[in-house]
Amino acid sequence: MKDLSNSVAIVGVDESDEIGKLPDVSLTSLHLQAVHNAVADAGLKISDIDGVFTAGQHSPAMLGEALGITPRYVDGTSVGGCSFIMMVGHAVAALHHGLCDVAVISHGESGRSGTGVTRARDTSLSGQYEMPYGFGGAPTYFGMITNRHMHEYGTTLEDWARVAVSTRAWAGLNPKAMFRDPITVEDVLNSPKLFYPFNLLNICLVTDAGGAVVLTRAERAKDCAKKPVYVRGAGEGTEHTLVTNMTDMPMSKATAISGNKAFEMAGVTHGDFDHIMLYDAFSSGPPMMLESLGFAEPGEGVRFFDEGRSDPGGSLPINTNGGGLSYTHSGMYGIFPIIEAVRQQRGECGDRQVPGVKCSLVNGMGGMLSAAGTIVLSHET
Amino acid sequence: MEPELLRPLPKPMTPEAKPYWDGLREGKLMLPECNDCGKAFFYPRIACPNCHSRNVGWVQASGKGKLYSFQIAYRALNPAFKIPPPYVLAMVELEEGPRLMSNLINVEADPDVIKCDMAVEVVFEKQTDEVTIPLFQPAS
Ligand SMILES: [Zn+2]
Repeated sequence: MKDLSNSVAIVGVDESDEIGKLPDVSLTSLHLQAVHNAVADAGLKISDIDGVFTAGQHSPAMLGEALGITPRYVDGTSVGGCSFIMMVGHAVAALHHGLCDVAVISHGESGRSGTGVTRARDTSLSGQYEMPYGFGGAPTYFGMITNRHMHEYGTTLEDWARVAVSTRAWAGLNPKAMFRDPITVEDVLNSPKLFYPFNLLNICLVTDAGGAVVLTRAERAKDCAKKPVYVRGAGEGTEHTLVTNMTDMPMSKATAISGNKAFEMAGVTHGDFDHIMLYDAFSSGPPMMLESLGFAEPGEGVRFFDEGRSDPGGSLPINTNGGGLSYTHSGMYGIFPIIEAVRQQRGECGDRQVPGVKCSLVNGMGGMLSAAGTIVLSHET
Repeated sequence: MEPELLRPLPKPMTPEAKPYWDGLREGKLMLPECNDCGKAFFYPRIACPNCHSRNVGWVQASGKGKLYSFQIAYRALNPAFKIPPPYVLAMVELEEGPRLMSNLINVEADPDVIKCDMAVEVVFEKQTDEVTIPLFQPAS
């Protein structure tokens, strides 16, 4: 696995032309905008792509057709919002072995407007065992994990609120973020009650957005338009789909497995990171992910958000794009923390640039910590 | 005329879960149990998730357990769920080991009243001639 480390670089990233509330842009158009923009960012052409990776409503075949290419390698792994993070690892393996030469990972989701979307999903489990009781939608599940965490470790509503406050401070520095006005812990605690333990400001946005990432082997990456950002490590894991089967709840086995694999491949330890991107569908997610990844003892993940540590100018910046909580969250958010980590490693982030950043962690969940992907990115090899 | 349904009915009902749904109609909470390792599990499936044996049977649960975790819903996300909020979304850990989702009823929907690990017991609620569901209340 270690021979894969640094063998591939991310050479292009971008969002769709716009993100946010886009009733006149279809799901397909979000994909195409993101891929065209990311390929241009890399200084490559659409016709250079021969590996297509996507999850969600479009299969890789549909995306290839829409782009007008005939890929020789495709991957449609679909285990929730972290699928795109997992696909970085899959693309590294495929590129390293010559199964493709230029890989694109694409996300498009009309999550807010539902434009050009037909929704159909397998409800054999949730339909029988959850929906008759009023479950449906992530906020009615993730709170179960959160409330158990509060019971076991004494974490509080104020602890989760501090995560939302820190993330909003970053969003204030990102012109693309949907919500940029500063908020306080009191604002979070006084926002409308939705699903205890969550108020409105503990829960991510619902937006329309696309995003894409282009990868190629390290030797070719040097000829692309931007500074290469190397994939030093990648790992993935899955545990469950029904949150009742999350054995060690609130600890996530999938997250732990993915992190251990990524750190081992990269040859890094927790102290090597100076920038962290975590999938924040809910404010309680990042602290719990830090615990499952081994950055903190159980119950201590919230301390990373104390006293400005995670904030702009803090000692360990977390979710510097403003996160799913304040920047954008189309549904399967996982492409966006990758894009942000690459921009940070390139030094493109303007007011929110983390000075001297060398090693970024990207970790995301699929479902309710059901699946997880972790990657380690650096502009240094 | 049929009375208005307040809850979405289980759909689709899978063949491997038939003894579970049949049991509920008779006021029994049936769990799949492995005949080799002896562990009960949930949801119903044809192989044991613990030892991976295909030798699986059924056992009647006591109906007692604890509230592993909960949420208070102040609004409904599914229009087919018509019970007025607030109501309690419950994750129950049964005495036999498996966890399942349900509602906690006959209790005030207040996070200061409801506590994780409180003792709960099953209550059966008929929806239609076909469907009865297991709800839970604080143990007497
Ligand atoms: Zn067994």
